[in-house]
Amino acid sequence: MNTTLLLQLLVNGLIVGALYGVVAMCFVLIYKASQVVNFAQGEFVLIGAWACWWLVTSMKLPFWLAFPVCLVFMAILGILVQVVVLRPLVGKPVISIVMVTIGLSIFFQALLKWMFGVFVQPFPQVFSTKSVEIAGLNVESAYLMSLAISLVIMAGFAYFFKYSRMGLAMRATAFDQQVAQSLGISVKQVFALAWAISSSVSALAGVVVGLVSGVSASVSSVGVKVFPAVIVGGLESIVGAVLGGLIIGLLEGIAQFVDSEYLQFGNLITIAPFYAMLLILLIKPYGLFGTKNIERV
Amino acid sequence: MAGSMRPAGDFRTTYQADHTIFPTRWSRLFLVFGLILLCVLPLQIGGQNLVASSWLSLIIQIAIYGIGALGLNILVGFTGQISLGHAAFFGFGAFASAYISGKLGVPVAFAIPLAGVATALLGLIVGLPAGRLKGLYLAIATLASQFVLQDFFSRAAWFTGGAAGANAESFNLFGLVLSGDRKYYFVVLFYLVVMYLFAANLMRTRDGRAMVAVRDHYLSAEIMGIGLTYYRILAFVISSFYAGISGALMAHYTGFVSSEAFDLLLSINFLAMIIIGGLGSIMGSLLGTIFIITLPEVMQAGVKFIQGLGIGTSDAFNEGLAYLKEMAIGLAIVLFLVFEPDGLAARWRKIKAYWKLYPFSY
Repeated sequence: MNTTLLLQLLVNGLIVGALYGVVAMCFVLIYKASQVVNFAQGEFVLIGAWACWWLVTSMKLPFWLAFPVCLVFMAILGILVQVVVLRPLVGKPVISIVMVTIGLSIFFQALLKWMFGVFVQPFPQVFSTKSVEIAGLNVESAYLMSLAISLVIMAGFAYFFKYSRMGLAMRATAFDQQVAQSLGISVKQVFALAWAISSSVSALAGVVVGLVSGVSASVSSVGVKVFPAVIVGGLESIVGAVLGGLIIGLLEGIAQFVDSEYLQFGNLITIAPFYAMLLILLIKPYGLFGTKNIERV
Repeated sequence: MAGSMRPAGDFRTTYQADHTIFPTRWSRLFLVFGLILLCVLPLQIGGQNLVASSWLSLIIQIAIYGIGALGLNILVGFTGQISLGHAAFFGFGAFASAYISGKLGVPVAFAIPLAGVATALLGLIVGLPAGRLKGLYLAIATLASQFVLQDFFSRAAWFTGGAAGANAESFNLFGLVLSGDRKYYFVVLFYLVVMYLFAANLMRTRDGRAMVAVRDHYLSAEIMGIGLTYYRILAFVISSFYAGISGALMAHYTGFVSSEAFDLLLSINFLAMIIIGGLGSIMGSLLGTIFIITLPEVMQAGVKFIQGLGIGTSDAFNEGLAYLKEMAIGLAIVLFLVFEPDGLAARWRKIKAYWKLYPFSY
């Protein structure tokens, strides 16, 4: 057994898993606040990556300026999507909401391919790409940076929801919209804010992925990986989303190891999370941290 | 519903009159003339094609996908269970029919219904756990089964031919071979009519009404003695059967089955068909299929027309056309859900009502 390879893959899995966790957190944020399952989360990640790439390469902005501009743009886009597309659908059946976000994802996916092409575009050098050696393992510094950013975002989320006024308002809305409204919380504002935060943090994840491995349509595949993560963690738990993301990342690392050492399937890494998801749905459909809906008649 | 479009004073006093599929003489005549027209379409008169081959191929595609879309509508529109994995069942039907006719030597005429039954069995296996889930969780579970089944297709070389794909023979029955669009068309038309009549009849039976009850209010349905799990699984099985038949028809139409064709995008296209056509409407399934299949063709024609006017360089248009087609489908889904959530079927009813009441709109 190749222990070094296993450890290396596990570390990579942890780093990728942290990114999954961040995007899953954004997904859960939207779901909790506005009861919308966002199938276009991956496209938000991709749009963010392309927007930042465009600002840096075509507009020649320095990265430290392009990055915040990109985040602001994404926040506005998130609010726009919420107001224009999802507000008319409040109270409609699940299928309508699922389909409208799927429609958005198809639309954005094709639009971005049209605008930016199908090839991988590397980011200009922003950070040094020296690899650091930790306990005998080679870890690229860009990866370490992405892990650090993920941790900072998670800490930011925790602070926001625990201590800030708006964060508490959002939690109240997620708990019970009518009660929140009667306490003077503007549910409309909360919805818009949830989408703004979610899309700009997704964009941040997209930029990190883009910095590490270049921008292309495949960046949005994070959006599909989000589903196993949130199902494992439970749809309504932000902590669960983070843990789910880490678990799926580690699982991918293990799958890659098993695949390359024993099975030689070649694509176990892409399919293993979905097997895990089906398994969880069968034995514990509300995930590890989700709230179980008890129905009384 | 369609029944509410009756003029005032036209009361129905028997259940039979209320459940009839074709309430007026005109709707019956409409069907008969429509069928005659459809039967005449592929014929050649004096060596002249009545309908151009490209049009006929479009019609065949509409009919095949229309059967699959109807199956999905029974599951999503009538029973309220979301499935994001319909393309996988469609694909399973295609592979099953190719396998049954090619490897087992069964005539294609029998292989197509057998493939439908095989897919229904698969639907039962997938549906057993899925029958316990609903709403969002079911959507995500079927999304997973879409990826898992697609992975199975690319791996099970004994069944699907693996990455190389499988060949499907043309339609045959004891020496009678129907090859080519103009003959195969009748096979597809036969299945289209049978499957649509079956669905229309299903919705008049206790089972059909039970499914609608499960969709509308599952708690009330359960209290009235309708087994929720049973009907959810039944809807899954019926929908898989439809998907299997339509996949098998597609396999013998194109003659080649490859696992790459049955991806998530096709599942989404199926959903788009029934959303645009109208959830819970049998005719809507067909209308939506017509919309989704012809939309890219219409756009192609539109781009050709614009190029003919000499506006814009043709290269940029041609390059973007593939993406424009995808964008149009995404945009169509969003716009229909926001502005016409009941789909084309509802629009059709409104148009009929408008003419019936003209010039008084009240």
